Amino acid sequence: MDYAAHDASTFAPPAEVGEMELYHAKTFIGKYIWSQDAKVIAIQYAITAIGIGLVALVLSWMMRLQLGFPDTFNFIDPSNYLQSVTLHGMIMVIYLLTALFLGGFGNYLIPLMVGARDMVFPYVNMVSYWVYLAAVLLLVASFFVPGGPTGAGWTLYPPQAILQGTPGATWGIILMLVSLALFIIGFTMGGLNYVVTVLQARTRGMTLMRMPLTIWGIFMATVLALLAFPALFVSAIMMLFDLLLGTSFFMPALVSMGQQGEHTGGNPILFQHLFWFFGHPEVYIVALPAFGIVSDLLSVHARKNIFGYRMMVWAIVAIGGLSFVVWAHHMYVSGMNPYFGFFFATTTLIIAIPTALKVYNWVLTLWHGNIHLTVPMLFAIGFIFAFIHGGLTGLFLGNVTVSVPLSDTMFVVAHFHMVMAVAPIMVVFGAIYHWYPKITGRMLDDAMGKFHFWATFLGTYAIYLPMHYLGFLGVPRRYFAVGGTDFIPESAQSLNAGITIAALIVGAVQMVFLYNLVWSYFKGKPSGGNPWNATTLEWQTPDTPPTHGNFGPTLPVVYRWAYDYSVPGADQDFIPQNVPAGEVARSGSKS
Amino acid sequence: MNIFQELAVKPWADGQSKVDDLRAGRSSPPAARKLALKVFLAVVAVLFTLLVTAYGGRMTYEDWRPAPQVSLLWANTLMLILSSIAMQWAQYSVRRGNMDAMRAGLLAGGAFTVVFLFGQVLAWRQLGTMVYFEVTNPAIAFFYLITGLHGLHLVGGLVAWGRTVSRVWGDVDVAKVRQGVELCTVYWHFLLLVWLVLFGLLFTGNNLDLLLKLCGIR
Repeated sequence: MDYAAHDASTFAPPAEVGEMELYHAKTFIGKYIWSQDAKVIAIQYAITAIGIGLVALVLSWMMRLQLGFPDTFNFIDPSNYLQSVTLHGMIMVIYLLTALFLGGFGNYLIPLMVGARDMVFPYVNMVSYWVYLAAVLLLVASFFVPGGPTGAGWTLYPPQAILQGTPGATWGIILMLVSLALFIIGFTMGGLNYVVTVLQARTRGMTLMRMPLTIWGIFMATVLALLAFPALFVSAIMMLFDLLLGTSFFMPALVSMGQQGEHTGGNPILFQHLFWFFGHPEVYIVALPAFGIVSDLLSVHARKNIFGYRMMVWAIVAIGGLSFVVWAHHMYVSGMNPYFGFFFATTTLIIAIPTALKVYNWVLTLWHGNIHLTVPMLFAIGFIFAFIHGGLTGLFLGNVTVSVPLSDTMFVVAHFHMVMAVAPIMVVFGAIYHWYPKITGRMLDDAMGKFHFWATFLGTYAIYLPMHYLGFLGVPRRYFAVGGTDFIPESAQSLNAGITIAALIVGAVQMVFLYNLVWSYFKGKPSGGNPWNATTLEWQTPDTPPTHGNFGPTLPVVYRWAYDYSVPGADQDFIPQNVPAGEVARSGSKS
Repeated sequence: MNIFQELAVKPWADGQSKVDDLRAGRSSPPAARKLALKVFLAVVAVLFTLLVTAYGGRMTYEDWRPAPQVSLLWANTLMLILSSIAMQWAQYSVRRGNMDAMRAGLLAGGAFTVVFLFGQVLAWRQLGTMVYFEVTNPAIAFFYLITGLHGLHLVGGLVAWGRTVSRVWGDVDVAKVRQGVELCTVYWHFLLLVWLVLFGLLFTGNNLDLLLKLCGIR
């Protein structure tokens, strides 16, 4: 490219528009409850998501207790086992991870990292949170209605989801579907904000390719969510119609509990297509923000620019696009045309290319880096391990011929937990340890953090590695009890007991993390504005925690990409994005 | 610079930073609102595309029975076309500073929309009293679902329309009114387009069936 042609005299930038008008609340309620400040909304999202996530954690204990020690606990019957499985999955995937990554990190980081005072539509942003909260409360309410919450499995497949005999087939499923529809409406409001803020509110000098990968990940995930959630929305509405109005979208004519049902000829496979048209992009809605955040964590804590920045951006975009053409690999055993299966196996395996590229780039970022084994870095490295393991078993399950015998076994459970539970949650923890100092002005306790990391990392491996083996043995998922199944050896039961003990320990260790969050808020070491010596804009704010409007009187101007670490000749091993070329401190003759 | 060129730049290169430093800052609030509407329309487009796809997928099964025709829909379609024309007229007028004509166009657009919605409810009732009516027939259920969702989007549009109408009397902020009218017009045209596709493919003589047969799917 001929850069000389682009100097300021021939290529004058258009005038910047005036300052954003912020709504400044005066009362406590206006500032912290009905808040329009993206940072407060982010914390509201995060606290709600973590709160409901703890419910899901307890539900996972319920099912693990049953699987590890069957016939021992009389407070677990088949119904509430199935309800625990269902709600654990649904809460973790949608109400915790999606809400935390996009509503939590998205709200906090997008305006700060692109150099904006707030989201472009603060009021809509506020409403987004309150609709999300309503969705969560409806979900919680389903625990208290007659029949309890739905036990249909997190995929809510009809016909069983709305047939009598499935737990929660009357009230539970209605509340679940309405709650999902509300979640989607709330998310769409937030999502419009994230996309438009990234595209329209970046500060002077912040080109798309100067954005940190965190923002790329959250941005692309939001685009995916906006385009994928409508599929879940229509399937929820259609199922509600089948249940409440007696239509037959999904419900076939069938005899249930000795009685001819009132439905005729609906198509349950249609639901599966709609559900997975949402469900597969959902994996990347959770994964892409994690990819972006972990790239930044690795770069900051290895004091090195991210390896292959452009490739990382392209991979995020490519994964986003491909994620819409792989959904039916969740349906290999639904009786599909073999050519159909071949097509979806091929697209699924193609996704491994950009994904592997990202993994190589993360590892190459560490190569010859000045690695600081801080708690965020430990979690970032833990993510790489978990993601490689989950990704490799994904290659197994992407192939139709390998996938069919492994379908609905514990192997699948182990695979998706490694790739979209352990891996993203590692990033969530890493990100919280990384950004907590900016949010509160205090460091999280290091010793507690390291204990938390090692117990969680080793503990999750103790849970999920043996689970792959159970899958090979043919142990089915979702079963309350396997009974006297001949092909499952008795030793499988001891393995299950061991997994349960590990799960109980890992769950309990998270209490240390919660304690750390609270303790450090009051007693933690003051962090200063930029404790990690990071380059991105959120660390350059005049106040820590940043006040409403983020950047004081004037917005920062960006002069470089987000990864100027260990630049040869510079005095410091990082150059913030808002430092112009002429102001970089260089001692000696190299300048 | 188009998006492909933009994604191809090397942000770490010295020469590139001279170009990148020239990027102006945030764009104007009207541009942000316009983009937000476009993104929202993309979401709505996905929603209705999925519904049409689901409809087509369901048609490929042997037990498919088409829904009876409701001729009132032709009149309703005319109403929606008229509402779009009225909105276009309002936009044309506000751009030329003719505020009276803009007000007339805006009000007429809303009125035709309300008539359309009443017509749709009437069509629902007509279908409900026909001898062919059967709640378990997917074609009929789809009709209610799809027209209902389309109608709800128009109701949402009427809320935005109401906010715009409330601004066009008294002390008029011309730029704000102009954008309100423009955004409403885009939204109305879009929902008209969606309706014409739905009406043409699904609710008049089963043209989707023809399409599926042409593609060899049915």
